[in-house]
Amino acid sequence: MSILVDKSTRVIVQGLTGREGTFHAKACADYGTQIVGGVTPGKGGTTHEGWPVFNGVQEAVDKTAADTSIIFVPPPYAADAIMEAADAEVELIICITEGIPTLDMVRAWEFLQNRRARLIGPNCPGIISPGKCKIGIMPARIHKQGPVGIVSRSGTLTYEAVYQLTTRGIGQSTAIGIGGDPIIGTSFVDALELFNRDPQTEAVIMIGEIGGNAEEAAAEYVKAHMKKPVVGFIAGQTAPPGRRMGHAGAIISGGKGTAAEKIKAMEAAGIRVAKSPAAIGDTVAAAIGMAARA
Amino acid sequence: MKIHEYQAKGILKKYGVAVPRGEMAESREQAETAARNLFGAGASGVVVKAQIHAGGRGKGGGVKIAKSAEEASEIASKMLGMTLVTHQTGPEGRIVRRLLIEETLPIERELYLGIVIDRAEARPVFMASVAGGMEIEQVAAENPAAILKEYIDPGMGLEAFQARKLAFALGLKPQQINQAVQFMTGLYKAFEETDSSLMEINPFITCTAGRLFALDAKMNFDDNAMFRHPELRELRDITEEDPLEVEASKYALNYIKLDGNVGCMVNGAGLAMATMDIIKYAGGMPANFLDVGGGANAEQVTHAFEILLSDKNVKAVLINIFGGILRVDTLATGVVEAAKKTQIQLPIVLRLEGTNVEAGREILKQSGFNFIVAETMKDAADKVVAAARASA
Repeated sequence: MSILVDKSTRVIVQGLTGREGTFHAKACADYGTQIVGGVTPGKGGTTHEGWPVFNGVQEAVDKTAADTSIIFVPPPYAADAIMEAADAEVELIICITEGIPTLDMVRAWEFLQNRRARLIGPNCPGIISPGKCKIGIMPARIHKQGPVGIVSRSGTLTYEAVYQLTTRGIGQSTAIGIGGDPIIGTSFVDALELFNRDPQTEAVIMIGEIGGNAEEAAAEYVKAHMKKPVVGFIAGQTAPPGRRMGHAGAIISGGKGTAAEKIKAMEAAGIRVAKSPAAIGDTVAAAIGMAARA
Repeated sequence: MKIHEYQAKGILKKYGVAVPRGEMAESREQAETAARNLFGAGASGVVVKAQIHAGGRGKGGGVKIAKSAEEASEIASKMLGMTLVTHQTGPEGRIVRRLLIEETLPIERELYLGIVIDRAEARPVFMASVAGGMEIEQVAAENPAAILKEYIDPGMGLEAFQARKLAFALGLKPQQINQAVQFMTGLYKAFEETDSSLMEINPFITCTAGRLFALDAKMNFDDNAMFRHPELRELRDITEEDPLEVEASKYALNYIKLDGNVGCMVNGAGLAMATMDIIKYAGGMPANFLDVGGGANAEQVTHAFEILLSDKNVKAVLINIFGGILRVDTLATGVVEAAKKTQIQLPIVLRLEGTNVEAGREILKQSGFNFIVAETMKDAADKVVAAARASA
């Protein structure tokens, strides 16, 4: 098993005909993901790299029976693309786009509240269940199928963690990048709940960073409900306050959202926090070993 | 993006939010004329306020009252060009280049109003407090119940009943309520239409005559939304920003200058922060945060190099790239080109991982430069900290 995506997932690509959309759609298809079509308004009726292109998401869903969409639409139009996918009753929407205005996301988030769609991102690398399905921009070859679930606010830092696991012979059930923006669809808590229920997942890594209080909320969930060992890391222990560190959501504001606060909350919830990013793999190895003995 | 108080007040005025009469001045003469105009219009006094992108100006000597135009001129001549140090500027302070000359008002009460995006609720929140003049973070830490909150439905905006609720809770008089509702709805409208990320009116004052004013105003804008606000982009004051950071922003590089001596270049924000962290673990201090992004090309890498090297504190450089989309051989080519172009003398430690890593390492080996190749993040951090010590 894995969470959210597997071999049966049927994916359309919003923004398929763009450079990024084309490149990554091909890479996902090469991995074995069922890419079934694309959406580019104005190019409906054509085909692109062998895939049918539609003018709108509803038409794409009606014609291809897609249940998932990945979005590569530029920032000014991306929130609208999310809402269009949700309106067409797509079940899972993965928005890769970085740089969406926050107030656009506020509106899109509100729009999603009464609809069935789950949003991952925006500003994220996507999701991969190694050996089954990749819907995102992560390098496939560093992954290996196995028992560890990963949820992270960062892209390349997730690759680093995956790489440390794979080189230690530890595989991953699903790795999900939830995104570096202040307003995102799927939270740490949502992902932890899914991993908690997934029989393949034996341990979870959560990779957070400065800003907001999503890690603290996740720590509360872990303390109250989590049945599997959780390993954590927080990036930005040396970040200065008041500065936006690359990600729109990575900012210590008013003295809140520091790495120290988050690490404290996570440790208090029994999460094994790796202090150094180089220690994530070993910390997981130790956690799995301990879980096996317990 | 941050703007000055006088610019924020200019915007708010357009939304029907009452602000004191005033003018911006960049010279002693302009300050004197502005003061003269205000006294001529019936002001009983004027206040000279230093315009810098940092709070705490009053305590640092950046806010002074004058009883005559001559006195205002005198104050302005001392304030212009001074280095103002506040708790928000850091010890190096900021040079004062602009002033706001404003009428003084008979203050009765000092209150607080603010709007931010609440990340957990995913919607804007309008905050009010009777503790005006204090920093809201301090109020939040000491007495969170003293901050009144109204969450805003993004489709609807701030409703009159919400503004009324806040106004009564602040203890405003019945005859001030309609004025307060107009003030607060104007504030929210300005927040929404300018894609603000933060707005603070601190203090929000009531006057002895019963009128309400924004005595101070702070607005920050969402950088991601500036593509649709060319008029707001004009308000950017790059003299308030670090010159290297301004340079980096031209090439879409996320660069933040720090105090250490280990320069770093990384792809991705999270990995860049983690790289700073591990440098500190290895006993060094990062000189900067630099995220070249997922799709960086050779040209960007060259610019990134130039920016890193113009910080004279840098004694060694760590390049930590996890190439997913970005191929390692492409990056290695860029690094070699940049090293040639900038004639770099400092030790460079490279930790490259990902697609085409072997080809990338070969390019570095053949380059003739003495690059230090590291295997893991820890190895890289240890090597770069040692190199920085040796060349310091």
